[in-house]
Amino acid sequence: MKNNKWLVVLIMMLVAALAATGCGGKDGDSETIKVGVNYELSGDVAAYGTTAKDAILLAFDEINEAGGVLGKKIEAVVLDNKSDATEALSVATKLVTQEKVVAHLGPATTGATLNTIPVITEYKVPLITNSATHPDITVDPQTNKTREFVFRTCFIDPPQAIVGAEFAVKELGVKKVAVYYDNTNDYSKGLYKVFKEHVTALGGEVVAEEGYVESDLEFRPTLTKFKQSGAELIYIPGYYEKVAKIVSQARELGIDVPFLGADGWDSPDLVEVAGPEALNNTYFTNHYSPQDPSEKVQNFVNAYKERYGSIPASFSATAYDAAYLLADAIKRAGSTDTEAITKALAETKDFDGITGRFSFDEQHNPVKEISIIEMVDGEQTLKTKIAPK
Amino acid sequence: METLIAQLLNGLSLGSIYALIALGYTMVYGIIQLINFAHGEILMIGAYAGFFAITKLELGFFPALIVAMVVSVVLGIIVERVAYKPLRNSTRLSALITAIGVSLFLQNGGLQVFGTDYVTFPRAVDKVTYKFLGGNATITSHQILILIITVIMMFILQYIVHKTKTGKAMRAVSYDKDAALLMGVNVDSVITVTFAIGSAFAAVAGVLLGMYYQTIHPLMGSMPGLKAFIAAVLGGIGIIPGAMAGGFLLGIIETLVSGYLSSAYRDVVVFGLLIVILVVKPTGLLGKDTHEKV
Repeated sequence: MKNNKWLVVLIMMLVAALAATGCGGKDGDSETIKVGVNYELSGDVAAYGTTAKDAILLAFDEINEAGGVLGKKIEAVVLDNKSDATEALSVATKLVTQEKVVAHLGPATTGATLNTIPVITEYKVPLITNSATHPDITVDPQTNKTREFVFRTCFIDPPQAIVGAEFAVKELGVKKVAVYYDNTNDYSKGLYKVFKEHVTALGGEVVAEEGYVESDLEFRPTLTKFKQSGAELIYIPGYYEKVAKIVSQARELGIDVPFLGADGWDSPDLVEVAGPEALNNTYFTNHYSPQDPSEKVQNFVNAYKERYGSIPASFSATAYDAAYLLADAIKRAGSTDTEAITKALAETKDFDGITGRFSFDEQHNPVKEISIIEMVDGEQTLKTKIAPK
Repeated sequence: METLIAQLLNGLSLGSIYALIALGYTMVYGIIQLINFAHGEILMIGAYAGFFAITKLELGFFPALIVAMVVSVVLGIIVERVAYKPLRNSTRLSALITAIGVSLFLQNGGLQVFGTDYVTFPRAVDKVTYKFLGGNATITSHQILILIITVIMMFILQYIVHKTKTGKAMRAVSYDKDAALLMGVNVDSVITVTFAIGSAFAAVAGVLLGMYYQTIHPLMGSMPGLKAFIAAVLGGIGIIPGAMAGGFLLGIIETLVSGYLSSAYRDVVVFGLLIVILVVKPTGLLGKDTHEKV
């Protein structure tokens, strides 16, 4: 009997040793630190994914040039999830099981990120998303517990809608608002709920609300209804492609009230489709503004512009922060053990990023100010910054 | 009242889009009794051809439209020769299933070739907005252009089918394929011509759709194609003025449902309508009851 037990242990050790050598040595012996980059490089929201990936590669190159982390270079393993939540899961699985990455960056959207969580949790690999803003990303809605391995560098949806409501009622002085949200999207529906609550709490009124679906092209009937309702502002918590169509159709119908949106608006394609003129008198809440005069922001904007030829979008800034935050956490952890990195990430305090100085709260969300961007003749300008209360 | 007029205008412009697509659908059905589900995808290819003609070849809007029509016609003929012709003597069901297959093939092929990104369609025609009723009702030059082109195309189609020799042959094939063959009509080339015309019309619809909604995508043809199919059934599939009437009616119904109820009910009402029409009057609004030939 006793012999048998020893035999089992021996076999298990042998298998373990074989497995370890089989994949060429997991952490200790490798010369680079492998980081998985799982982003939307094609498909509906490719603009977000590509810009995030570009910023991450820029950050890693800067870090490697400055000597890397723990004496090793960071190696990014970049894979495309095609803006598809199912594909995001298979990419994540590949990164964690085959590539053996020490950390996982991305994906960009809430749906795709939610899908990757089970696998990164099972393999205890920390994940940092730079733009998935839904509350459920870091907190399991069923148990109300913080997800141990999931972090993000963007603010979450509710503060964004709270700040949006404050800006609409207090700064723009509107009382009657209409909300047009994407009925097929959790992000959009989440913002809509919180916005409605806070506008009402601040003494405003939601006079019309309506949902659209992914395949919609024609928004004029609903917009005509909004016009009739006497709304003084229309809130569209959606993604740029639909937002551009809605705003341009609304202006065609002679609706000249301000539009307000959220970070889903942030893409150069917004101006390309809607045209600069239609976008005047529109605002959205965002993570940072490239016009921010701070030196750190300007250095980043210039480096990005030099390399990619365009002004970095917000999700470039949060992705750049995610890359630096990860490097910082690996340094603080002093090892490339995934659980040690996770622990260091959770302890982040006053990390000085492009999108502001932040610490993680208990739910792994950064606490920081939110920028309000105004579109002026097709250019994004910083209107104001508001801290969510 | 002003809102109602504004909504009716919205409905009319949406309806003209449906009518535009439905025309090609209904003509092909009228001649060979095949619901060409790939119509929406030929439309998509036409839209991309127009896009490349404007951006890469730097053509104007109307020359680009011609290029798009040529590309779609070639594609339409290839599809007919490769996928439908071998099934000419099989059941209508197998032809229908093949049509769905072609549609899926072109959608996914499009995703591979053109990528999954939305592409911004260039503003080839200037957009002017006309306001009236104190600014409560508006119409743009794009909407007027689409409306006019739809009406012109309907008359062209009516003329081709009812006044030309080719049209006579098409109607003969539609009425009795074997008898037409015996009378010396080249059935194969008549069917090819039918597909060519249908595809050219799809290309026009595709380019106009791209111009109107400003973006194009490999899956852009599927939903409008489905709606246009409903429009064709509503007006009486196979009847050319019926496609027009069905398209306008569908556009107006959709708009009124979105405008006065909620856009959440829009598709429920539209597809419900399809079921009701099929149960109550399967030949459509303008359809006559024709009994099976014995």
